[in-house]
This record gives sequence, C-alpha cells and structure tokens, in this order.
Amino acid sequence: MNTLVLLHILLGFMIIGSLVTVEIRNMLSAVISVGAVGFALSIMFLFLGAPDIAITQVIVEILSLILLIRSTINVDNMAIEKRGEHVLSNRATLIFIGIILAFAWFSFHSLRPFGYPSMRVSQFYLNQGLKEVGATNFVTSVILDFRAYDTLGEAMVLFTSISGAFAILRRWKREQHKDFLRIDREH
Amino acid sequence: MTLYFLNFVLFIIGLYALVAKRHIVKKILGVSIMEYSVNLFLILIGFKKSGVAPILMKDMDLSTFIKTAVDPLPQALVLTSIVIGLGTLALMVAMAIRIYERYGTFDMHEINRLRG
Repeated sequence: MNTLVLLHILLGFMIIGSLVTVEIRNMLSAVISVGAVGFALSIMFLFLGAPDIAITQVIVEILSLILLIRSTINVDNMAIEKRGEHVLSNRATLIFIGIILAFAWFSFHSLRPFGYPSMRVSQFYLNQGLKEVGATNFVTSVILDFRAYDTLGEAMVLFTSISGAFAILRRWKREQHKDFLRIDREH
Repeated sequence: MTLYFLNFVLFIIGLYALVAKRHIVKKILGVSIMEYSVNLFLILIGFKKSGVAPILMKDMDLSTFIKTAVDPLPQALVLTSIVIGLGTLALMVAMAIRIYERYGTFDMHEINRLRG
C-alpha cells in the first residue's frame, strides 16, 4: 500500500515536470526539466521491480541530456511562442484533450486491475527459464534466449538510426561535393 | 486504475507539445515524454502486487519465487525500447541541428514560410 502512494507521488512529479517542460520559455530549462522527469521515471522503475531498466534509464537519460543540451546551448535559448499563447488560450485543443481523457477513463476499466498481470506467456518463461537457459536473471534469459531474434531486429533498428544520424551530421563529404559542383560550374 | 490514468495524462502532455508547439526542440521533448509514458505503461501492466524483481537470489525458494516475481516479458521489451529511444533521439537532434544551420531558426512556421 505504501508503494502505491509513492508511485502516485512520483507520477505526479513527472506530470508537473513535463508541464514545466512544455510551458517554460527558456529552452535550456526545458531540457533540464525533462531530464528530471526521466530520473523520476527511473526511480519508479526501481519501485516497480525492474532494477535492470532503472539502470538503463539512468544511463540513457544522461546521454540524451548531453545530446539535447548540445542542440540548444549554442543557439537562441528562448522559445518562440507569443506571450499569451498557452494551453488555456486554445479552446479546441482543450476540448479534444478532454474528450480523449474521458474515453481513456472508460477504456482503462476494461484492462486488468493494477497489480494483477496476465501471466499467460510469462509464466512459461518463469517456469522453464532456470531449467532451459540457466540464467538467474529472467529478463536476460528472455532477451538473449527466448526472444533473441526480437533483440537482433531491435539492434538493427538501433544501428539504422545511429547511422542515419551520422550521415546527417557528417561534414567532410558534403564540402567535397560542394567543391566538385563549383569546379563543374567553372568549366 | 488512477496510475494508468495519470500515465495517460503524461502521454497527452507529450502529444500536446508535439502538436501545438512551434519550437523544434520542444517537439522533440514532447516525443521523448510520450516515450517515457509508453515505457512506464508497459511496466505498470506487468507489475504484480507485492512482487519481487525477476532475479533469482541464492537464498530464495524457486517455487515461491515463481509465484511472486513480476512479469519479465514487458521488462525485456522495454529494455531494448529505451535504447532505441536514445538512437531515434540522436537522429532527431541531428536533423534539428542541420535545419538550424540551413534556415537559421528553430521556428516551424518560419521554416515553412521561408521555403516559399
């Protein structure tokens, strides 16, 4: 019961932090407050029984903070929105958000209640994991043995996105190409 | 139930930042807030009441562990999803930096206007 209250408090902190992120005018402050949201998320993972994910979340959060600060530190730090432009001034947006939240409230009642998961697939992993894989960490046994092809595909997605970022950010090839065009025009 | 609902409120805040804000970096932050919310939702679904982490220690009994451990499957999927989120964030930030070098602004309306 105590854990449940703590989870509510942390989720409330995350909502407040993301509201600050959306509405603050200084972009550097927005980036830092989204970092605060991410660290609160990692504490929530710790209390939900997922220490592996908590560690990964902390590392990824630090790296993404570095990336986002790199994108905002050299340029104008102010948001572009006009003074009076915030959530309450946009009536259509508010109405749609209200409708979506109302439907969500009704649809969440058809889910299983919190704390009673459907273990139809995972019970097999828990029963057979120690015998068939031999790993004491069951998350690792699911990633690297039962669903290894899934992990392979996701590694491919990761490689694609990183090589895309690298191709966009490269500088040398682009300048060579520019010189080539200039020479071509002179002749 | 209220946890699911608060989590959905977090998702809606991210969606609002993605749709209604003009600054490109604010849109990226909205995407990353939505990503947090989806990851948290998957973990919340797999949580078992008074459950333990799915890591077997030396002094644990296997049969009681199987009954009390939380769902390891969403944790395994979220673990890779977080790392992929970092990759896509790097891609988005790279695109934002290039857009700033090309147009000299982060304002979406301004960029659309400049293109003519």
